[in-house]
Amino acid sequence: MLGVIRNKTIRPSFSAFRFFSSSAKQMTVRDALNSALDEEMSADSKVFLMGEEVGEYQGAYKITKGLLEKYGPERVLDTPITEAGFTGIGVGAAYYGLKPVVEFMTFNFSMQAIDHIINSAAKSNYMSAGQISVPIVFRGPNGAAAGVGAQHSHCYASWYGSCPGLKVLAPYSAEDARGLLKAAIRDPDPVVFLENELLYGESFPVSAEVLDSSFCLPIGKAKIEREGKDVTITAFSKMVGFALKAAEILEKEGISAEVINLRSIRPLDRPTINASVRKTNRLVTVEEGFPQHGVGAEICTSVIEESFGYLDAPVERIAGADVPMPYAANLERLAVPHVEDIVRAAKRACHRSVPLAAAA
Amino acid sequence: MATLLFRNSRAFLLLHNHQHLQNKLPFLLGIRSPSPPCSNSHFLPSFLLSSLRYESTKAQPQLEDLQHHHHQVIDFPGGKVGFTSEMRFISDTSHIRVPCYRVLDDDGELVKPTNQVQVSKELAVRMHSEMVTLQTMDSIFYELQRQGRISFYLTTSGEEAVNIASAAALSSHDVILPQYREPGVLLWRGFTLQQFAHQCFGNTNDFGKGRQMPIHYGSNKHNYFTVSSPIATQLPQAVGAAYSLKMDGKSACAVTFCGDGSTSEGDFHAAMNFAAVMEAPVVFICRNNGWAISTPVEEQFRSDGIVVKGQAYGIWSIRVDGNDALAVYSAVHTAREIAIKEQRPVLIEALTYRVGHHSTSDDSTKYRSTGEIEYWKMERNPVNRFKRWVERNGWWSEKDELELRSSVRKQLMHAIQVAEKAQKPPLEDMFTDVYDKLSSNLEEQERDLRKTIEKHPKDYPSDVPF
Repeated sequence: MLGVIRNKTIRPSFSAFRFFSSSAKQMTVRDALNSALDEEMSADSKVFLMGEEVGEYQGAYKITKGLLEKYGPERVLDTPITEAGFTGIGVGAAYYGLKPVVEFMTFNFSMQAIDHIINSAAKSNYMSAGQISVPIVFRGPNGAAAGVGAQHSHCYASWYGSCPGLKVLAPYSAEDARGLLKAAIRDPDPVVFLENELLYGESFPVSAEVLDSSFCLPIGKAKIEREGKDVTITAFSKMVGFALKAAEILEKEGISAEVINLRSIRPLDRPTINASVRKTNRLVTVEEGFPQHGVGAEICTSVIEESFGYLDAPVERIAGADVPMPYAANLERLAVPHVEDIVRAAKRACHRSVPLAAAA
Repeated sequence: MATLLFRNSRAFLLLHNHQHLQNKLPFLLGIRSPSPPCSNSHFLPSFLLSSLRYESTKAQPQLEDLQHHHHQVIDFPGGKVGFTSEMRFISDTSHIRVPCYRVLDDDGELVKPTNQVQVSKELAVRMHSEMVTLQTMDSIFYELQRQGRISFYLTTSGEEAVNIASAAALSSHDVILPQYREPGVLLWRGFTLQQFAHQCFGNTNDFGKGRQMPIHYGSNKHNYFTVSSPIATQLPQAVGAAYSLKMDGKSACAVTFCGDGSTSEGDFHAAMNFAAVMEAPVVFICRNNGWAISTPVEEQFRSDGIVVKGQAYGIWSIRVDGNDALAVYSAVHTAREIAIKEQRPVLIEALTYRVGHHSTSDDSTKYRSTGEIEYWKMERNPVNRFKRWVERNGWWSEKDELELRSSVRKQLMHAIQVAEKAQKPPLEDMFTDVYDKLSSNLEEQERDLRKTIEKHPKDYPSDVPF
């Protein structure tokens, strides 16, 4: 499936995200993903890439740049345009000992291949009682980009997050991208790796440890990006940047926000989320996907189940509008969360410290 | 005509005799210009590089003829195409349907001449015995379902030859990605009647830990992938497995089965196309048994069956009498050699008939005549036909037959008794294998469940080992 994004130029960096010190070494998310693929392919000859235009064209977003030249056409496979076909082939190759990294031009097109991901990749280890493991990574841009309409803007975090057998990761920074992609490739289970188009060109400071080829992040662990004591904000992917921006604004108004970068949608790091809420007593969840049955809904349930007594205010849930993404720029802007939405929600949570029922 | 005829992507090629062909191959190699360079060649072992080509040598002269007659060709990506001034549409099908390769006639007499691959007495007797075993297992397990002792079953009745003869023609290193009507392959590879019974009862001894419906067998040990219910998903996956074998330079191929209905799925198209482009050593065996549940082939496709689809994808293909065990054996044996030596896919269409209902959830007399079923069950029965041939050779007698049937029956009765009494899977099996290692949330769920069962034992079934 080739959608309109095939011909789109790559967007320039989004300067609003640059709030880190520029003294450390900087790396873009694109380079982080590229270097992670390169290092894992170099370390393990079983790892190979496949997808539409990953080879000669170097990837629709240039994530696979230079890899065809380095590893040859047998390990960087340009495929015909059939998601159901190459996903099935990837799953079969994983069944039989290889470690494919399958690129979707966007996760919207993974719907063409959903049967292989859900009914085969996710369930085979269980159905075969551990006889067939499926060490495969499905990766590509997920969720809203800009100006690409409903069929290129869907966030699939909650879809894949609801399916046992899959692991679902969503990196935000260059550190996340490197550490999580390397973990995904090394993992024996199928991993859905949700990237964000608008973050590809974004630069982040990276430490020497992150740049080391042995660097790897644990799957299932969230990262507290910023500590705080008044309100917990959970986010993943691009929304982590928005949440950090909101925390800066809130700080100026005397509200100390703790920002949790989920990193892993499944398994979800419930202990970190609940420990934070038990400390701050307030929770705001942020995601770009739809609200119903969303990641925020799951986080909210987890907190209600495990930390209900600690909550001083109702949970605030920020999500994309409950409509397919409009193409018109004005409406599109209204359909996705913004920094101000997070700031307002955090203030509502902080200023409504007496439960509603008691106040009535 | 009894000639093993594989359809080449460009021209028909008559393989006059298997042995004869082997002698001729070096000569063919010498005069044929090499195929387009294999992009993967530098990681292939040398035996593959010096691969034998069963390839036609006619393509190049044909093009020269074209050039001569039409004076002009278009040098198009993918190869030169001749021009013609005659406007002519390619018709939907040729006047004569692609013939069906057979070795034995309906009476089990050898058709002569034939270029069959020879089958020894020992192999023939084993093939017959396994077909009888499969037939007996099917009839007994089908009855078990009717008695309500297992929840579901699906027979291979009428397709015993495709099952057993294809398995006999393969090496145990070849990887099988089955649909669901090929338990005979697993039987051939040594999966015991006891193991079949354990799976159908979903007990703790089942290789699948009781997680799948009956007949969804699977065994790593036997290079047989666990059956998956959605049809055709195994086809592209087989190409992936074949690609893995190719990368490892193994002298083995992937073999995948499907029915006529599966060929309507997009996966079939993707698998064929990818297999050709990736030069994957995979053998596709399509059991064209006339019916996809209640859909007859006339409503499934309008092509001359499945065999003609291979050529469109650039894949060698053959139509074979699926009820003739010797023909199936010869075709699969040769297809396997082509797949491995030439590193390319092969498509086999086996014409057979689904004598049983689709499954125990189906009553096929609602949509097809009992006369049609009876004809295939009696007149064209693949087991009887092969039996006549082994008997005629003096390798098998009625006494052998009676003894075998009685012994298989006894073994099955015993296996069923054991499987029915065996313990059901324990509680922890509910949580293991969701992931490679048990995750913390699943550990927690298991703990909670155990606590709840301890507290309210009456609310839970007593047959779950705790």
